[in-house]
Amino acid sequence: MEYETVIGLEVHLQLNTRTKAFCGCSTEFGNEPNTQVCPVCLGFPGSLPVYNKQALDYAIKVALALNCRVQEFTKFDRKHYYYPDLPKNYQISQYDLPLARKGFLDIYLEGNNKRIGITRVHMEEDAGKLIHRQETSLVDLNRAGVPLLEIVSEPDINSPQEAYEYLTSLKSILEYLDVSDCDMEKGSLRCDANISIREKGVVTLGTKTELKNMNSFKAVKDALAFEVERQRKELAAGNKISQETRLWDPKEQKTITMRTKEEAKDYRYFPEPDLPPFIIKDERVNEILRGIPELPKTKTLRFMKEYGLSEYDAKILVATKNNADYSEERLRQGKNKKSVANWLIGPLSGIASSNNIEISEIKISTGDFLELIELVESKQLISNLRGKEVLAEMFATGKPPALIIQEKNLAQISDEGVLEKEIEEVIEENAKSVEDFKAGKANALMFLVGQVMKKSKGKANPKVVQEMLKGRLSHA
Amino acid sequence: MELYQLTAHQLFDKIKSKEITPEQVYSSLSKRIKEAEPKVKAYPRLDGGSSPEEGKGAGIPVSIKDNICTKGNNTECCSRILKGFKPPYDATVITRLKESGMGVFKYKTNMDEFAFGSSTENSCFGPTRNPWNTECVPGGSSGGSAAAVSADEAILALGSDTGGSIRQPASFCGVVGLKPTYGRVSRYGLIAFASSLDQIGPITKDVRDCALLMNIISGYDANDSTSVDTPVPDYTKSLGPDIKGLRIGIPREYFIEGLDKEVEGIIRGAINKLKALGAVEKEVSLPHTEYAVPVYYIIATAEASSNLARFDGVQYGFRAEKKARNIIEMYKSTRGEGFGPEAKRRNLLGTFVLSHGYYDAYYLRALKVRTLIKSDFEKVFSEFDCIVTPTSPTPAFRIGERMEDPLKMYLSDIYTISVNLAGLPAISIPCGFSKSGLPIGLQIMAKPFAEETLFKVAYVYEQATDWHKIKPKI
Repeated sequence: MEYETVIGLEVHLQLNTRTKAFCGCSTEFGNEPNTQVCPVCLGFPGSLPVYNKQALDYAIKVALALNCRVQEFTKFDRKHYYYPDLPKNYQISQYDLPLARKGFLDIYLEGNNKRIGITRVHMEEDAGKLIHRQETSLVDLNRAGVPLLEIVSEPDINSPQEAYEYLTSLKSILEYLDVSDCDMEKGSLRCDANISIREKGVVTLGTKTELKNMNSFKAVKDALAFEVERQRKELAAGNKISQETRLWDPKEQKTITMRTKEEAKDYRYFPEPDLPPFIIKDERVNEILRGIPELPKTKTLRFMKEYGLSEYDAKILVATKNNADYSEERLRQGKNKKSVANWLIGPLSGIASSNNIEISEIKISTGDFLELIELVESKQLISNLRGKEVLAEMFATGKPPALIIQEKNLAQISDEGVLEKEIEEVIEENAKSVEDFKAGKANALMFLVGQVMKKSKGKANPKVVQEMLKGRLSHA
Repeated sequence: MELYQLTAHQLFDKIKSKEITPEQVYSSLSKRIKEAEPKVKAYPRLDGGSSPEEGKGAGIPVSIKDNICTKGNNTECCSRILKGFKPPYDATVITRLKESGMGVFKYKTNMDEFAFGSSTENSCFGPTRNPWNTECVPGGSSGGSAAAVSADEAILALGSDTGGSIRQPASFCGVVGLKPTYGRVSRYGLIAFASSLDQIGPITKDVRDCALLMNIISGYDANDSTSVDTPVPDYTKSLGPDIKGLRIGIPREYFIEGLDKEVEGIIRGAINKLKALGAVEKEVSLPHTEYAVPVYYIIATAEASSNLARFDGVQYGFRAEKKARNIIEMYKSTRGEGFGPEAKRRNLLGTFVLSHGYYDAYYLRALKVRTLIKSDFEKVFSEFDCIVTPTSPTPAFRIGERMEDPLKMYLSDIYTISVNLAGLPAISIPCGFSKSGLPIGLQIMAKPFAEETLFKVAYVYEQATDWHKIKPKI
């Protein structure tokens, strides 16, 4: 039997506003427990929430970037459940009138574009954190009341890999908007997944399970892959899938039942009476729209068109906004776009990753960077390999490339007169290889070139050496 | 004449002319509290050996209902579940009182637990008694505040009104009580019963004091998103001079079966008095009135069940001592022991009407009818300046009389509830006495933010009558 996988994702995103959603407490991460709290976020009797305008602007920004329709009339609702990390025992959220609906996000997969629908984007507040000790459980409410966005996708995702791509693309957009840290380890981005499988060709959806507790994009992919297999086996064995919430266990690499449908909660949503509904005016939406930068997808296409890059190269360069801006400055001014892209993706990214920084943080000026490429590519003053060393030196010292080449005496030797001596020596010392070459073994020539390079301590221009050797041996 | 017998505005005049000091007011009041409190029981925490002198603040003291937060000071909503709760902050109204030089009396006034009730019998401390007849209830839920003002145990008081909790006890105790327009007074620091209905308001000895206190507590508060940013007039400027040509609507749906004949007679008399003073009266209709009580008990209990969810024994207040094996058990025993019967009843009702499968039939429907009730008033106020009705269908009833019959108790609020559902301002002023010597209140309603109309009518009526001058003998 052939099955089709159907996945919908719910992403919870912490907005990086300075203060919490309904009070003036700081949202800073990692401080002493319960030091960023006040009567409002502690849910003290008599306290009232006041909505953070910055959070609303960020929420609208995300909604627009995800091509959603921002609703003119929106309101908050209370979602009730008892849990010690939820001080009011209800969460201020949005139920039937979310901030925005009906958007989409395009992902690329093996060169193809796929559109994933966005059902809704709504605002809510985060809960606190429980710290479990052996005998007791402690509550830290620093995080309680931090503004969250919930982004719900349509069940348009058909494989764990697509889910991974969706999350990567979403994260990239969110980073461009600068509205969240998007750090899954810190919990500023969380993802739950709904997954079901059905026979190919069947229109109705199969029974779904909800997966929780994945703390990286890879974990989402792994959990989904596990669940596809599990559901497939269940069906193959003639069993039914039971609707339940399952937890991903990263150690065991499997999902386990957390609660079944019978235990599903009744959240008793009703409109939050402490926060009047609000009207979002077109002017506000348009102003926010104007502030949205060029997003990764558009930028990728433009990079491909304007700089003649491959989709692969373009996607790497636009992955973060800072890197895209950094790259574009260099691409725009460089003569050979393809080689500028190669130097950005290759050696420069290498330096960045070995120093654990972004390429945009590398302080090599555009001029120096392009000059180096020029010296290697067109003037052939140094070899590619030497070029990489020079780049590393530029990063370490900040000196311009010409100076480094001069100081370290790295310039390539292309003067045939200078190379004559080494070539003669190599021919004399490697009679066997010379014979081989003459007998038609092409490899032998490369060996001889290598020997000359060695004698010149790597400074000889290999192309010149090769030509000289060829000429010398065919005349002998 | 003792100082405690005076109104706030009389005391202000004397303080201004250096005739007396606020300290003298305070010691006079303390003396009175010691004398009357054992009979009235308006201040439950004054029991265990505490003395009123300890409750002193600067300036003329204002007595505060037990559901309004005062920093570092017990605020328990007269519920066991908030035992020992001392808020870390002052409610906005308290800040405003302090900023205007008023004193805030430390010992809070008695109330029905979480303001759930119409008699103050649902207090975990036991009932307050009506100063006019200590066998009777003072009304509720702000019964402690109303009884204290009535018995001269307070110069001024604050109550809260969700369905009549200021006006009905004011009526039962023969004092003035105002429920302001929703959004006129900040709710920040008022421990919520039903957030879309609650308002803090004054309970005073006369109309001028009521206007004075409103001048202090009214106005926009950035901490309360439901407070409205409308300028606050000087309410004392609307006291008089006359009501000539004022258009008064008398809703026929309020003069129905269940209205005590004696009360009706007194109210009709008061309406005639208003006519004699120059007002023009006409019968009007508020056709959706009969739905007000059911709509109210759906919306109010729904919101209450949500607002009360936070009382779980985790952070503050009472936690059951019984050893719990898990958090759910702790919640259950804490809430089981912490809430009184009426709080449990309303929690259950509210939880039920919000439950999956029932929400549309109850809560959503109630919201729709609430809109109809509101538009009934809008229609009348397009032609009339105010609406006059009884505050309560009966005078104060006897303690214990309605405790076994919650439905009968709920009907005590039949005339006051619509005002909260529509967000209107309304005042209750004394307008006579029953043969048994219990005070009767006249309710005047106006359109949103027309408190000035209420003050004008109430003041002109008060000046033309002596009801407010008659004091209970206690």
